[in-house]
Amino acid sequence: MSDFTMNADHPGLAMDRGVQGVLGAGLDRSEGALKVSGTARYGYEHLVEGEVAYGYLITAPAAKGKVTGIDTDAARALPDVLDIIVDDPRIPRQAAAFGPAHAGNDEIDHWDQVVGVAVATSFEAARAAAKAVRVHVAIEPGHFDTMADIDKASGPPKDSRLQDIAKGDIDAAMAQAAVTIDQVYTTPNHVHAAMEPHASVAIWEGDSLTLHSSLQILKVARPVLAKALGIADDKVRILSPYIGGGFGGKMLGPDAVLAAIAAQKLGRPVKIAMARRQLFHNVYRRTDTNQRIRLAATEDGKLLAVGHDSVVSQGPDGGFMEPVALGSISLYDAPVRHFSHKVVTLDMVMAGAVRAPGEAVGTLALETAMDEMAEALGRDPIDFRKLNEPKVDPMTGAPFSTRGLVACLDRGAEAFGWAKRSAQPGQVREGEWLIGMGVSAAVRINLLVDSEARVTLSPDGRARIETDMTDIGTGSYTILAQIAGEALGLPMERIDVILGDTDLPPGAGSGGSFGAASAGSSVALACEDIVATLAERMGAKAQDMTLKDGHAVAGNRRVPLAELVGDAPLVAMGKISQGSNARTFSQAAHGAQFAEVAVNAVTGEARVRRMLGVFEAGRILNAKLARSQAIGGMIWGIGYALMEEAVLDQRHGQFVNQDLGEYHVPSHADVPPLDVLFLEEIDTHANPIGVKGLGELSISGAGAAVTNAIYNACGVRVRDFPLTLDKILAGLPEM
Amino acid sequence: MHFTINGATHAVEPDIRASLLDVLREHLGLTGTKKGCDHGQCGACTVLVNGRRINACLTLAVMHQDDDILTIEGLGSAEHLHPLQAAFIKHDGYQCGYCTPGQICSAVGMLDEVAKGWPSHVSADLETVTLDGAEISERMSGNLCRCSAYPNIVDAIAEVAGAERA
Repeated sequence: MSDFTMNADHPGLAMDRGVQGVLGAGLDRSEGALKVSGTARYGYEHLVEGEVAYGYLITAPAAKGKVTGIDTDAARALPDVLDIIVDDPRIPRQAAAFGPAHAGNDEIDHWDQVVGVAVATSFEAARAAAKAVRVHVAIEPGHFDTMADIDKASGPPKDSRLQDIAKGDIDAAMAQAAVTIDQVYTTPNHVHAAMEPHASVAIWEGDSLTLHSSLQILKVARPVLAKALGIADDKVRILSPYIGGGFGGKMLGPDAVLAAIAAQKLGRPVKIAMARRQLFHNVYRRTDTNQRIRLAATEDGKLLAVGHDSVVSQGPDGGFMEPVALGSISLYDAPVRHFSHKVVTLDMVMAGAVRAPGEAVGTLALETAMDEMAEALGRDPIDFRKLNEPKVDPMTGAPFSTRGLVACLDRGAEAFGWAKRSAQPGQVREGEWLIGMGVSAAVRINLLVDSEARVTLSPDGRARIETDMTDIGTGSYTILAQIAGEALGLPMERIDVILGDTDLPPGAGSGGSFGAASAGSSVALACEDIVATLAERMGAKAQDMTLKDGHAVAGNRRVPLAELVGDAPLVAMGKISQGSNARTFSQAAHGAQFAEVAVNAVTGEARVRRMLGVFEAGRILNAKLARSQAIGGMIWGIGYALMEEAVLDQRHGQFVNQDLGEYHVPSHADVPPLDVLFLEEIDTHANPIGVKGLGELSISGAGAAVTNAIYNACGVRVRDFPLTLDKILAGLPEM
Repeated sequence: MHFTINGATHAVEPDIRASLLDVLREHLGLTGTKKGCDHGQCGACTVLVNGRRINACLTLAVMHQDDDILTIEGLGSAEHLHPLQAAFIKHDGYQCGYCTPGQICSAVGMLDEVAKGWPSHVSADLETVTLDGAEISERMSGNLCRCSAYPNIVDAIAEVAGAERA
C-alpha cells in the first residue's frame, strides 16, 4: 500500500519522470466508441436475468399537510399491476445526499413528495397505476417566500463548510470610505437537469442487494442506501459504470430506495426511473439567494472593505447550506471583511449541492458589484481587480499554493481584444444591436478527499486500474489511464480502467471538483509501488530507470515489462488523504471570464456572441477533455445569466416550470463558439499529481462576465438574475 | 404489427399506450435511444422514421406499422463507426454521453433536411440554404446537452458536412 497524506508535498512521482507522452495529451475519451454507438449501458439499461418489474413513483399533490388516506383500490384493479406500496415505513420523501432522506408518508413537507410506488409488469401499467392512486391530504398553509420569513432565519448549521466571518467594522468602513457600493442581488432556484433521470434497477439475492443506478459518489451512496433500508453496508453493492450527468444531484434518488423495497417485497428485480417532473420536486435544488454586497474603496481604487451577506433557503430537514460567499472570502485584498449567511426554512424540496455550491451564484453578485465599483471609480475593471490582488490569503494570512488570477486576466485581455472595449456603455451599435464586453474573475476552492485505487500489472504486460470512482462525463476513464500510462510507460490501449462498482477500492467519487485530483493521486501512488518492484527486478534505482512502450530501460538493458512481471501479477494499492497542506496553504483554482454580448435595442434580447475563459487549474491531465469541461461550465454561466430559473408558485409551493420545455437550460442556439486557455501551473502543494478542480471553476464568474457585458452594451444594470429580456427592456430608453 | 428497425423486420405486439421509445428500449433491447424527459423536450430519444428525425417518446409504437426505423445502433457500431460518430469522438462532442445518440441521429436527419433545401429560422435566403455554424446550432436546438458540449457538437457536424464553422 502506497499511502500518502498531504502533510507535505510529495517528494516526486514516477509519473513526473515518465516519457510515455500520454499525460496531458488531448486524447479522445477512452469510452467514446461505446457512447457514440449507444452501447454504453447506463444503470437503468442493465440487462436483468429473469422477469423484471417496473415501478413508477406515486407523489402527493400538496406542499404541506397531513396525509389522511391513500386510496389504492382503483390502481390495484388495473391490469398487470403487481403491487401498490404505500405502507412501508422506509419510503423516502425525496432524494438523499450525505444521509438518508426523511422517511414516512404520513406527512407532506414539499410539493409532489414521494409517498410510494406502483409496481407492474410493464412501464405503461405501472404509470397508469401510479396515476390512479388518490393521495388525500389535509392541506396546511405553507411557507414558500424566503424574504418574507427573514425574521425566522437561523445562522449557518454547525457542520456547514462555511461559518460567519468578520474582520474589522464594515459599517464604519462603509461610512468613512470615499467610494462605496451597497447593493442586493438575487438569484432564483436552480435544478441540475442532468439529461439522464435518476433511475435504478434493484436485484436481491438472498439478503444481498445489487443496485444498478446512476450515482456519482458510490462510497457515500452505499451506506446511505443501507441505512435507508435497514440493512448492513456490506449487503449492498452498487454499480454505476456510466452516468448521464450528475452536477451534484446524483447522490441517491428515491428511485433507488423504492426499487430495493419493491424488489424485496415482490421477490423479483424492479426498475424505476423518475419522471422528469418528479425530479424537479424530489431532488434537492440549488437555493434561491438574496445577496447583499458591500464594497468600500479609496478614491484611487484600493478596496477597504468587502462584505458578502446572503440569505438562502432550505427544506424542513435542514443540513446543507449553500456557501454563497465561499469564493469571495479570499478573492480580493481589503482590511475589513464580512461574510455571513442566514438560512430560512421553507416547505420545499431540500436545497443541496448543484455544480459549484457557493461560487456559481456568489460570483454572479460579487463580480457584478466589482464591475459597478470599477465604474464608480472610473477604472478599468481588470486594472481595478489587479490593484486589489492579495499577496497572501487576505483572511488567514496563509500563502497561496498557486495564484494565477492576474495572469489569467492579463492573458485573457490580450487574447480577447479587451483594449477595444469602450469604457462607457452603449457606444457600439450594429443596426438594432448594442454590443458590449464584460469580464469577471473566476475562483473555486480546491479540495482533496480520501481516495483509493488498485493497479495491477499483469503477466501479459497490461495494466488494470480499479476503483469505485465514477465518470459522470468528466473523463475519469481516460485521465486515470493517462496517469498510469505515464507512470508505467504503457500506451493507452494496454490499460484497462474499471470504475463505478462498490466491490472495488473506495475512490473519491465525482463531486466538488475533487475527483481528478483525489482519484488521480491514488492511481499515481499505486503506480509508485509497481515501479519500485520493477526497478528492484531491473537491479536499478527507480529514478535511474525509464519506462516506455511496455519496456523498462536501465543501464544497458531494455526488458519487456511482461518479462519483469513474470508469472504472478504485480498488484498495488494507492491511497491519498488530505492533510495539513489544506491549512498551510490557501488553495483555490482561478480564472478570468470574458464575454461579448449583443443586446437588441428594440426587444431587450441579449445574445452572447463570443466568450473566452482563461483558467489556472493546476496540471491539465488531458487538454481536450479539460477544454470540454471548461466550455460546459461557461455555458452553465450563460444559463445562469440569461435564462435559468425555477419559478415558484407562491400559492401552492410548486415550481410552475417543472420540465425542460419551460425550465430553460442553454440550447445549441444560445451558445456561440467559445475559447478556452489554460495557464498550467503544477500545484504540488495541493496533491501529489498537482491538479486542481476544473469542472466548477469554469462556471464561476461566467455569468457575471455575460451580465457585465450586457451593461457595457446598453447601460442597463439588472441585479435580479436571470437577465431575461423583460428586465433589460425596462431599463432601455424609449425608442 | 410489423416494423423495420435498422434493416430487420420485427413483429411486435405493443401495449397501445407504449411509446416507440419504450418499445425500443424495454422490449427490443435497443437502449442506445435514451429517455431524458419523455415529453419531447430534450431530444435524447431522437430516431429516424422513414428518414425523418422524430422524438421517439412522442409517438406511440402502434402508429408505426410498416415504418422503416433507424436508431443509433443501426447507424454504426463501436467497431464500424458512422462518420458522424467518429467526428463526435474526435471533437469530443459529448461528456456524459447520454444525449449523444439523439444528437447524432438528429444530425443525420438535419443534414438531409438541408440537402433538400429546407430553410430554417436563421437562413438568410429561403431558396438557397448555406450550412454554417449558425444554421447547425439553430437546427440542432431540439437536442439539449446539459454537459453543454454544444460547440464541439457543432464542430463535429460541420466537419462531416463540409460546412464553414464560423
